[in-house]
Amino acid sequence: MSTWTSYYLPQTLAEALAILQTDPHSKVIAGGTDLLLELQQGRHAPVRTLVDLSAIAELQKLEQRKEALWIGAAVPLNRVVAWQPTRQFATALFEAASLIGGPQVRNVATLGGNVAHALPAADGAIALLALDAQVILATPEGQRVQPLLACYAGPGKTALQRTEIIVAFLVPLSQSGEASAFRRVMRPQGVAIAIQNLGVWLRREDDCIGDIRIAIGPAGPVPFRAHQTEEALRGKPLTEETLDEAEKALLAEARFRTSPHRATAEYRVHLAGILLRQTLQTAWQRTQMDLEKEAVSLSVKG
Amino acid sequence: MELIVNGNRVEVEPQHGEMLAHLLRERLGLTGTKIGCEEAECGACTVLIDGVPVLSCTYPAARAAGKSVLTIEGLAFSRPSDGEYPHPLPFSQKERGEYPHPLPLSQRERGEKASFSTPLPQNKEYEREFSLHPLQEEFIRHGAVQCGFCIPGQIMTAYALLQNNPNPSEAEIRQALKDTLCRCAGYPSIVRAVQSAARRLRGEEPLPPLVAPVVSEQGKPQPSLQVIGTLQPRPDAVEKVSGTAKFTDDLKFPGMLHARVKRAMVPHAILKRLDVEKARALPGVAAVLTAADIPGEKNHGLVIFDWPIMVGIGERVRYVGDAVAIVAAETRQIATQALDLIEAEYEPLEVVADPVRARQPDAPQLHPNGNLLKHIKVRKGDMEQGFAEAEVILEHTFHTAITDHAFMEPECSIARPTEDGRMEIYVGSQIPYADRNQVARALGWPDERVHIVGQLMGGGFGGKEDIAGQIHAALLAHATGRPVKLLFDRHESLLVHPKRHATQIRVKMGAKRNGRLTAVETELYGDTGAYASLGEKVLTRATTHSSGPYEVPHARADCYAMYTNNPPAGAFRGFGVTQSAFAIESMMDMLAHTLRIDPIELRRINALRVGSVTNTGQVLRESVGLLDCIDIVAQELKQRAGDHPFTPRVVEGQPHLRRAWGFAVAYKNTGLGGGAPDKASAEVELFENGLLEVRTSSAELGQGLVTVLQMIVAEEFALQPEGVRVLVMDTDLTPDGGPTTASRQTFMTGNAARYAAQSLRQALAASLAEKFDVAPERIRFVEGLAQVNGHSLPLGEVAKIIRQEGRLPKASYEYWAPKTQPLGTGGDMHFAFSFAAQAAEVEVNILTGEVSVLEVISAIDVGKAINPLGLQGQFEGGIMMGIGNAITEHFIVENGIVFTDRLARYRMPSIMLTPKITAYAVEHPVEAGPYGAKGVGEIVSIPTTPAITNAIYNAVGVRIDRLPVDQEVIVREIAHA
Ligand SMILES: Cc1cc2nc3c(=O)[nH]c(=O)nc-3n(C[C@H](O)[C@H](O)[C@H](O)COP(=O)(O)OP(=O)(O)OC[C@H]3O[C@@H](n4cnc5c(N)ncnc54)[C@H](O)[C@@H]3O)c2cc1C
Ligand code: FES
Ligand code: FES
Repeated sequence: MSTWTSYYLPQTLAEALAILQTDPHSKVIAGGTDLLLELQQGRHAPVRTLVDLSAIAELQKLEQRKEALWIGAAVPLNRVVAWQPTRQFATALFEAASLIGGPQVRNVATLGGNVAHALPAADGAIALLALDAQVILATPEGQRVQPLLACYAGPGKTALQRTEIIVAFLVPLSQSGEASAFRRVMRPQGVAIAIQNLGVWLRREDDCIGDIRIAIGPAGPVPFRAHQTEEALRGKPLTEETLDEAEKALLAEARFRTSPHRATAEYRVHLAGILLRQTLQTAWQRTQMDLEKEAVSLSVKG
Repeated sequence: MELIVNGNRVEVEPQHGEMLAHLLRERLGLTGTKIGCEEAECGACTVLIDGVPVLSCTYPAARAAGKSVLTIEGLAFSRPSDGEYPHPLPFSQKERGEYPHPLPLSQRERGEKASFSTPLPQNKEYEREFSLHPLQEEFIRHGAVQCGFCIPGQIMTAYALLQNNPNPSEAEIRQALKDTLCRCAGYPSIVRAVQSAARRLRGEEPLPPLVAPVVSEQGKPQPSLQVIGTLQPRPDAVEKVSGTAKFTDDLKFPGMLHARVKRAMVPHAILKRLDVEKARALPGVAAVLTAADIPGEKNHGLVIFDWPIMVGIGERVRYVGDAVAIVAAETRQIATQALDLIEAEYEPLEVVADPVRARQPDAPQLHPNGNLLKHIKVRKGDMEQGFAEAEVILEHTFHTAITDHAFMEPECSIARPTEDGRMEIYVGSQIPYADRNQVARALGWPDERVHIVGQLMGGGFGGKEDIAGQIHAALLAHATGRPVKLLFDRHESLLVHPKRHATQIRVKMGAKRNGRLTAVETELYGDTGAYASLGEKVLTRATTHSSGPYEVPHARADCYAMYTNNPPAGAFRGFGVTQSAFAIESMMDMLAHTLRIDPIELRRINALRVGSVTNTGQVLRESVGLLDCIDIVAQELKQRAGDHPFTPRVVEGQPHLRRAWGFAVAYKNTGLGGGAPDKASAEVELFENGLLEVRTSSAELGQGLVTVLQMIVAEEFALQPEGVRVLVMDTDLTPDGGPTTASRQTFMTGNAARYAAQSLRQALAASLAEKFDVAPERIRFVEGLAQVNGHSLPLGEVAKIIRQEGRLPKASYEYWAPKTQPLGTGGDMHFAFSFAAQAAEVEVNILTGEVSVLEVISAIDVGKAINPLGLQGQFEGGIMMGIGNAITEHFIVENGIVFTDRLARYRMPSIMLTPKITAYAVEHPVEAGPYGAKGVGEIVSIPTTPAITNAIYNAVGVRIDRLPVDQEVIVREIAHA
């Protein structure tokens, strides 16, 4: 049962941090699409005080800066998706965020919650990881910037302190010749989260992959950056041979597990190879598109 | 805090842990917002906050501070002014059928009874203020409203879409409604309603409703009918789209307590110790009862009374949902807290996890008579001879999963002791008279002391035939003397109520090289779970239908209906035939493949037709439309895919996608049959205001029976359906309509209503004849008037005249179905069968194994399409449920423990899975049916699953023999091939 006794809607970060510090039984809530269900279903220890982040202006900002997009941690996903720069400069994030839940869920769910909930295959988190997003944290000691993976301690376990708040994600702008893509495979039965997902960002240099980042989930206790696979691809032309090598590297470095009623490890291994190839191809093709125009017509199949 | 709700400023303080849905429903009385899951899964609770749709079940009330909330109740008023939108055209699909103008809602006194009537304009003042939004009107006009439980959520979500996007594409509508589930699943009608409303809002003409074309049996004379066969809105539609419809959980009584049930949560054990003292002592708890406190019979059940109301100390727990104690408290929260204070100790026993294990001699015995509920046998001809004559013999074993009805409205009962010492039960139930009997037994009372006041039902599909909370609520109300509400949450609903039987079905089939079947042998194991429920009946239907709608000279079927420690299994749309049709129709395709005969041709060769003898020895004398159904679907297939619909095609530009069609047929009995006495009663009364009322206890679960009854009575009096009111599901006020099951209500209660209307008409004519001294034959009833000797008397006048003469303008009729014979005795086991053919096109991704259903063509022999708009809903919803059964639905129980105990884990098809649907209604009338009609509700869904799995085989060569389709298995098998 959800039995909080106090519910705060602070207007500023300072206010929110102050409540978190003074009340040891308090916890932040953004959309609540993870937290409230866990509370209701008894999968989370009761929380006495909820600190709602939705009224804090700083966490609601979407800004295109010189080098990066500033995406407020508490911006509802539908706003992230509807914002043209997301499509144009962070296409993988656009795709991932469009696929989370239905419209009603996306109208409240946030990227901050998606990351802080710490599932290894959360769609938003996988896309952010492929895009090399930095996390801006507000803590009682002040603000700090850290890489995304520093937020993770284990499956479903965040490394964030109870008194720390994700303020925003800084997502580097994909420049000309750079593009990203996200894909996932679902199962029509059971919980509507991906049985395997994968995000790719790459820079094309002539016919070669100049630089690349790959994130995949679930492939370990936390969202997985496939460094060895990236290495196998960097500087290579996109040929069948390269793809074979990359697939080998991915299967060697990632850990796939069987989840009962969801997928066996073998199936995940199989899907990982397919997702790698398809997502890579899509991102590769996008490097040659006029993304500004393309972004307008981009749509995602649920 | 302050917030704006539907334009009104509201001051309330949020309570601890309160969600917006509860604030709206419980404290502001806005019960139009529904709760289907409280898991952010179903969308029923959708409201708009500052114009944005959100799920109010998981939206903290406190967050709404300062915001503006729009609920379904606020939508009707939000229509700017009159005359801004063009009115929909009167629609006349059939020449004689005129669709009335969407109805203004009038204030109609409507007690807590489930009375359905087309509201008549009464209060002009109110009407002017209150007019429906075009979305609400179009939902009605397009027949998108069935049980209605999801409709507020659908409309609010669609409203938000249209605010931002006045001209949405079909894809955009689907995206918007992606997570707003409808289990009645008239998704195509919903899309069309939204499109039509969008057109009106843009100042364009609305779209006409889509209904299936009707194909009549050749050479049958068509009776001339005025109302039957026309498009009519549901009589309860205005309430359902405006949020004023009351479902059980929407009711409140002064002093009402809230109940909860302590469930065993262990699948097989002996209850050793039970301590409820701490719970009793909790402030706010009014009563805690255990098995020892039951005044009457300790068990309930529908056929066999084997289901303990509560398990007592020293007694056996047989599944996780067994009750051990019940609590009533001032609030639901307190009742829930009290549950945690109840201490129960169990001695665990070996769990019987499946029916095959249950039949082994060393398996633990769950009931006094062992684990075998029933061995069901079908015998026809001589199997040895049949297989000796065969030129090919195939044998294969199939498995089907447990599935859940997942009706959108979770179970709710309210028991209320009355001052005259009776007990009222407010509940949406498929069998009100069975509820009455079971509650009365538990209280140790005569049946008449219990009054079931039937409520609107947010879907049933067979899952609201058994007792859910009715008895527990009554016991607590009896003990406390106060009204008690017992509402299941989705979790409890999934754990407790009977499911669809999981089966294992082995089929051995012999045939000549020319395709003629010589013998079919089937062996079924049915998992009936912990208690009998309707298990024996369901599995009898599975067994008798297990050799398919074919003329088979030698047939033998054996079914073992076994008790296990799984949740009970009972009635579920299809009633066992869903399972056996999957097996036999898969086998037919395997046979076609082996013999290199076209699968459609193979079915034609063997199809039942007039004169055929079924496997139970019944000679079919009429109304066998199977060949017509096959031909219609074959023709449509040919148009789309030429001569080779069953060969795989690669999707252009996407070499990993394969498409193919699959085909299947089915049949399903109407009515109880098998020698069970089957009757239904109805009563028709004429009132002095000129309205007719038809009354029966039969259940309206969203399927549209009320519209059918309204139309039948209107037909008999040659007047518009608005002149007829329908009252159902009340054991004091309505005569027994029998169970709403086995697709029997249109036929049974339809007939009862028709004959009651005819008797009333004759009685009225006789009285008038006497009074005016004319021959009764000269008196006619037309358009609300009695025509006597050149005069026209309004019906209201007629009622007055009859009453003045000291008589009641009322007639009742008890309709007895044509006699049937028990299984094994030959003769007519059923008085009618419905038939169907369907084709499905699938696309399979050979890399990932993912399957999608692109299109379904369906032709259903319904005898007579009484209510085409309602039929469309059944056609669409039936196909969607078939898709769910094939692709998405899997109720998982592991060693007696339910894994799928949340809606998030049990997936029903969303609008995203809706294929293109082309449906035909085929009319091969049944002589004894009302205007020729027979059952519809189940047949529509039965062939869909095998049509899909056959299509998968045709696309990628993988034979699905276990449901639901597992995409991982598809990939694995493709790799092995
Ligand atoms: C029907 C449904 C479908 C879904 N489908 C998907 C899907 O397809 N893919 C997917 O990835 N997820 C899915 N989800 C999960 C969920 O919607 C996402 O994880 C969502 O992004 C969580 O965000 P939230 O704002 O609701 O988080 P909340 O529930 O509010 O919070 C989650 C956790 O994060 C913490 N938190 C939130 N914001 C911050 C912050 N700014 N700083 C620090 N800590 C914070 C909270 O304290 C809590 O512990 C689905 C959920 C539902 C209900
Ligand atoms: S009740 Fe809110 S989503 Fe189901
Ligand atoms: S009408 Fe949608 S659930 Fe019944």
